[in-house]
Amino acid sequence: MANIISDETIEYVGILAKLELNEEEKEQAKKDIGEMLDYIDKLNELDTSAVEPMSHVFPVNNVFREDVVENGDGREISLANAPERKEDSFVVPRTI
Amino acid sequence: MSLMGLTAVSLGKKIRAGEVSAIEAAQEAFASIEKKEAAVNSFVTVEKERALERAKEVQKGMESGIYAGLLAGVPVAIKDNMCTKGILTTCSSKILGNYLPEFTSEAVLQLEKAGAVILGKTNMDEFAMGSTTETSAFGVTKNPWNTEHVPGGSSGGSCAAVAAEECSYALGSDTGGSIRQPSSFCGVTGMKPTYGTVSRYGLIAYGSSLDQIGPVAKDVTDCAVILETIASHDKKDSTSVKREEYDFTSALKDDVKGMKIGIPKDYFGEGLDSEVREQVMAAAKVLEEKGAIVEEFDLSLVEYAIPAYYVIACAEASSNLARFDGVKYGYRTEEYNGLHNMYKKTRSEGFGTEVKRRIMLGSFVLSSGYYDAYYLKALRTKALIKQAFDKAFSQYDMILAPAAPTTAPRIGESLSDPIKMYLGDIYTISVNLAGLPGISLPCGKDSKGLPIGLQLIGNCFEEKKLIQAAYAFEQTREYEHCPLA
Amino acid sequence: MKQFETVIGLEVHVELATKTKIFCSCSTEFGGKPNSHTCPVCTGMPGSLPVLNKKVVEYAVAVGLATNCKITQNCKFDRKNYFYPDNPQNYQISQLYLPICRDGGIEIETEDGTKKTIGIHEIHMEEDAGKLIHDEWGENSLVDFNRSGVPLIEIVSEPDMRSADEVIAYLEKLRLIIQYLGASDCKLQEGSMRADVNLSVREVGTEEFGTRTEMKNLNSFKAIRRAIEGERERQIDLIEAGEKVIQETRRWDDAKEYSYAMRSKEDAQDYRYFPEPDLVPVVISDEWFSEIKDRQPELRTEKLERYKKEFQIPDYDANIITSNKRLADIFEETTAICKNPKKVSNWLMVETMRLLKEHEMEIEQITFSPENLAKLIQLTDNKAINSSVAKEVFEKIFSDDIDPEAYVEENGLKTVSDDGALRSVIEKVIADNPQSVEDYHSGKKKAIGFLVGQTMKAMKGKADPAMVNQILAELLN
Repeated sequence: MANIISDETIEYVGILAKLELNEEEKEQAKKDIGEMLDYIDKLNELDTSAVEPMSHVFPVNNVFREDVVENGDGREISLANAPERKEDSFVVPRTI
Repeated sequence: MSLMGLTAVSLGKKIRAGEVSAIEAAQEAFASIEKKEAAVNSFVTVEKERALERAKEVQKGMESGIYAGLLAGVPVAIKDNMCTKGILTTCSSKILGNYLPEFTSEAVLQLEKAGAVILGKTNMDEFAMGSTTETSAFGVTKNPWNTEHVPGGSSGGSCAAVAAEECSYALGSDTGGSIRQPSSFCGVTGMKPTYGTVSRYGLIAYGSSLDQIGPVAKDVTDCAVILETIASHDKKDSTSVKREEYDFTSALKDDVKGMKIGIPKDYFGEGLDSEVREQVMAAAKVLEEKGAIVEEFDLSLVEYAIPAYYVIACAEASSNLARFDGVKYGYRTEEYNGLHNMYKKTRSEGFGTEVKRRIMLGSFVLSSGYYDAYYLKALRTKALIKQAFDKAFSQYDMILAPAAPTTAPRIGESLSDPIKMYLGDIYTISVNLAGLPGISLPCGKDSKGLPIGLQLIGNCFEEKKLIQAAYAFEQTREYEHCPLA
Repeated sequence: MKQFETVIGLEVHVELATKTKIFCSCSTEFGGKPNSHTCPVCTGMPGSLPVLNKKVVEYAVAVGLATNCKITQNCKFDRKNYFYPDNPQNYQISQLYLPICRDGGIEIETEDGTKKTIGIHEIHMEEDAGKLIHDEWGENSLVDFNRSGVPLIEIVSEPDMRSADEVIAYLEKLRLIIQYLGASDCKLQEGSMRADVNLSVREVGTEEFGTRTEMKNLNSFKAIRRAIEGERERQIDLIEAGEKVIQETRRWDDAKEYSYAMRSKEDAQDYRYFPEPDLVPVVISDEWFSEIKDRQPELRTEKLERYKKEFQIPDYDANIITSNKRLADIFEETTAICKNPKKVSNWLMVETMRLLKEHEMEIEQITFSPENLAKLIQLTDNKAINSSVAKEVFEKIFSDDIDPEAYVEENGLKTVSDDGALRSVIEKVIADNPQSVEDYHSGKKKAIGFLVGQTMKAMKGKADPAMVNQILAELLN
């Protein structure tokens, strides 16, 4: 494997992705990501220096809304699936 | 024959003619589901009472003229990544196991406007990440042709339900082949429209720049009618394209005279099963005999589509799936110590292995220092792939290819080697990168009796050419019902 | 001893004055029950998609034009990924790679009169986050998404400021421009304008920048000033003690006058930006660009010139009145009704300013209507009330926006100009004050002042002083 993923990298990516892997999963993830990157490195065979990155396939642009209020009281729609709700708010573990 | 053995259009005709009622059609669908679900497991959620109520309402509506379309009263199954108000929408994931959307996706709304009766929600690979429907949190769906094999994925539930005749037709979604490949494995017809043709509003995103909803049915006619019904220019989806016309059924003509069909040589090399090659080439011959001009050509860049796809799709997925955090909806872990621990436990317990693998990869390729090397490189490759297709379509009306390199693998054979599994998408993935339409339809079976799919790929906005060629090919064969149907 | 120089750059967030949010048609109105101004889009429901509010683009371009920026004719949105409960999707839609405005700058003038240009690196559009309320008793926080998706522009300056004075001057100038454009009310206290301060120090004479810190949670000019001074001290102390400044985000605690590091292992600050696939690029055609340009309202410099010319008020007055958009608006509206620019200017500059100061209010908090001030000026012009009564009435206008005509009528404050009635009062005053009359006749002409005062007292202030003078002179001679 050309791409060796370190424990620190897996730890760091876990912080970014908010995923907590157990030891076994970590080892598997190191292997999987390494192998995938080896495979992805195939792209380096292509000379893309003169190519613009393409994020949108079609040249569609300027899709807008007018500045008009259409939505009414959204409390029940927004809170209907809340895992924990207090009156009209979502409840999360204390942030500070 | 059971009503579910009919195509959607034929059943719709009978309902409109008053030969059967929408209620009877729904009842037959549920009888079929009750009989076959134990063997197939196509559905995550079955909504019998609600559907029967709805069938009554549609029947009344038809009598009073509210519903006059071809699909009025015809029972449909919806892939479980499309939001349906008041019906569980899980993406086959534990993290959305209890999610009851407050709104319905635009494509499903369009069907409801046409009088569709929704039977329930079909199983899929978790968050559409997979090619076998084995990554579902709610059990594996089995291939109705041989229940020891997978139905393909990620729309495996939709394709299996259509093949097993548990519904008249279904909606699927296709990010890298998720409609075409399982259609091929299940011996049904599935279509991925041009990006932007069907609104993504209410489709729970996997790779936003690649996702597209499309029909799964028994024949090309059904696909054309369904596409005509669900396609719309939707103001709620900024990437929705306003097309010049939405008439797809006028392309249902048995005529391929003079059509130029290109066969990419690079699709018929290493890795392609010989039986699949044989049947697909035979299909090309049939089209040639009907008057099409068939030529081989070099498409190029084929081997770069999968790595580019996995960078783009996983990067987008890592961001799209960040919202599942136990705060607003869905699963929240029972015990936790503070905010970040809650996030991590919720997500680690709520997502399955394949989803976590892709989120990790996606987060990595976007992380500081790697963006240019991976993400931008993939976007540049995507541009090259688009150019290769543009070049091909300057010479050919469409491209003919297999939908998958093999027929359906056995259950349990695929997940252990992800890269091998990803390679199974080699003929479908570049179509999504370039935003093109593609259709997969049955063209034969292998020696094990498993269906083989023929794929036709068109230039963007040229679904009608695909429909016409596919329809012409279809006229040369009979629809084959699977043993379990 | 070493001399240190402070280097400051600002990131200023401004909430735009649109009626709806940036990506959905929920109201941006303040207040309302928690989560009442929300929908699937601004709460990050699965399957929901954003659609851009056109007005946001127009405001951003307007601010860019007024701050001499280049407008990016083909701009895009990007996702900024980070987990926090006030951020419903756990990514914020913002702009990194192609922000809508770049390379601008505005000229500031500090109190000592020095002029200087502060560069603007870029302006980008983005969405605001929701609000977290911390449950006083429990171990929980509450999330309200009413502010989630309110449109913001972030104005990123170059590190061109060297003191708190320059920072305040820059912010005041920026606020004035944006208020003039009507793009935002820019209230620091209410959070519609927020500034993050990037600060580093270096020895005077060095070319290279020192390591900078970013300070957040600054919601008044006073806090900004104290934070800059506090952080400068902290960094100099570190350097002089041979330690290093760490590049980090710090939270300013204004009560303790100290900043605290916001470090956390879980907060990697690696935002994984990538182009937002759910939105299409914004292309500003030449046509649209000139439309926005033509709609640009008159800014301060132009207004200043026009006031001097059109209303012929002194430079001094024009300067003060145009220093605030709201004040200028009140001036113009009032003048349009009463056609007496100098008097309007006087009321605004003297009495209005006095009352604002007395009540510790900002100009933005003025509630009286131009109609009522105009009516008051007309009452004085017609000599229906005298100046001391006018001041008293103005206080009522200032506090309760009363109709001065009705008020004067109801309270019987009208000047008595009936010759007969006034004459008999004056006759009585003369009879009651023989000493003053004698003083007057013996050459102490000033004694008439006392008699005028007595008359006004007897009239409870409602007499026209000129008329009193005239009748007195006539009767005494």
